[in-house]
Amino acid sequence: MKVESTYSAATAGVAAAGSEWPGYRGVIPIKLNRVLWASNGLLIPGMVFFLWQLAVTRHWVPEQLLPPPSLVWSSLVEMLASGELWEHLSISLGRLGLSLLIGCIVGLLLGAMMGVSRQARAYIYPSFSVLAQFPVIGWVPLLIIFAGIDEALKVAAITIAVVPPVAINTFNSIVNISGKLLEAARVFGFNPLQVVFRLIVPATVPGVFNGLRQGIMQAWLALVFVELLASSEGIGYLMVWGRQLLQMDLIVVSMLVIGLVGLILELLLGWLEKRVQPWQPAVSEKRQGL
Amino acid sequence: MKSLLHHLAVTFQKHDLRGWVLPLLALLVWQTVTWFEWVDTRLIVPPGGVFAVAHAEMQSSAFWLGVAASLGRDLLGFALGSIAGIVFGCALALSRVANSLLSPSFHVIRQISLFAWVPLLSVYLGYGELSKLVLIALAVFYPVALSTHEGVAGIERKWLEVARVYEFNRKQFVWRLLLPAASPQIFTGLQLGLIYAWLGTIGAEFLLRSYDTIGLGETIFRGRAAFNIELIVFGMLVVGLVGYLLSQGAMHFERQALRWRSSY
Repeated sequence: MKVESTYSAATAGVAAAGSEWPGYRGVIPIKLNRVLWASNGLLIPGMVFFLWQLAVTRHWVPEQLLPPPSLVWSSLVEMLASGELWEHLSISLGRLGLSLLIGCIVGLLLGAMMGVSRQARAYIYPSFSVLAQFPVIGWVPLLIIFAGIDEALKVAAITIAVVPPVAINTFNSIVNISGKLLEAARVFGFNPLQVVFRLIVPATVPGVFNGLRQGIMQAWLALVFVELLASSEGIGYLMVWGRQLLQMDLIVVSMLVIGLVGLILELLLGWLEKRVQPWQPAVSEKRQGL
Repeated sequence: MKSLLHHLAVTFQKHDLRGWVLPLLALLVWQTVTWFEWVDTRLIVPPGGVFAVAHAEMQSSAFWLGVAASLGRDLLGFALGSIAGIVFGCALALSRVANSLLSPSFHVIRQISLFAWVPLLSVYLGYGELSKLVLIALAVFYPVALSTHEGVAGIERKWLEVARVYEFNRKQFVWRLLLPAASPQIFTGLQLGLIYAWLGTIGAEFLLRSYDTIGLGETIFRGRAAFNIELIVFGMLVVGLVGYLLSQGAMHFERQALRWRSSY
């Protein structure tokens, strides 16, 4: 009987995804239920915060290792007010933007070339597919030799991170355009321009966008990596600086900012995805169950 | 003889020779510019030098120890991260309470870029093996947890009902329904996880270096410290090839493991 009950609880969890929390149903108004349900998510952060504060006030951990929340907050406010945080962040975002621009152009061209021309595909694809599986950060030591440790290094490293996902997704989405669609275009007597703009572009938008999403995430990863490894400004450098001085508040503030930028990027991409392909639900939306 | 010729013909058709043009051309250009010293050969080292260093390194046991250490780190971190990811993903997909408690925090923390954890890890766990393993496991955890959740949440209700009719106990439920039904997504997550594990391994060896670390990353840093560019290029090629082989191996394994599905 016990087995049965745990089991049915488990299956109910899978089956009932999307409905309200069963525990409160009927007892309290639906709106309140929803609020209570959503506030569950704050429980864990709240507990962590409480423990953090407790550990500081009870001196469980030396203050150098665990700064009080108030210190993190005041550092954040101070760095925002002095413009220091924004300065580092804007440098990082500038690097990100430039590399994304170059990486997307190269990736799109490469992917489109391999997708459209069989010749190009036969020549380029084998080398590309091997190189694309090299971990991005493995390139960095070599790049340091050629590009030094200045801007060129960061832009090159991030660009290398962006190209493979954009190119692969572009390539795949062009190759996967169904023959039926092309046939239909022929039946309707589309001219080449119409084929490109009314068939190929709309058919490849989801794939290309997916590539762009992966590219941006890879770029963000690579950016933080190179800034940690070799940099004298930028948000990653701020963390290195904090680590060297053992100023934990600086490290935590930087992590918060990095997380926030990541969150904004993801939300922005979800919003953009809806704009460019309103006929499909966003990937982020599909994942909202988690 | 005839069958051999036939076999060769098929092989050559299958392996399109045009794919070799680009790498060979690159090698030729590389050889030419270094041969005629059109470039600074201290920076752009000749291919022969890289081959010589590769040959010497492959003779030394230190190099192989480094490769073994990196691979061991990679696989151990992968195992830890993927087990945690599968358990976490299942828990979130199966329990509404766990989902409501954990998923908001998970989605916010997930946004912190992997390597942004490095300074914090180094403060609390030092620069030893533990902090490296934690970083690798974290790199694996996210993709595996996300895919597992997707797989388990997508299990059809019909199958759950069948399991209930057959009165599966909890063990049977997990091993005979849950994991098999979600296996395609779980394997996708594991494959991604393996790629990220290698990225995390190299990143950890670069960013969490200590004097007693051994590994491929250390080989590269040895080259950098001695301005031995041949060694850097060689180390980089090995890092890339191991990454390539790992993901090829994962794909092969996935095909093998999911073969039973195609019999339906």
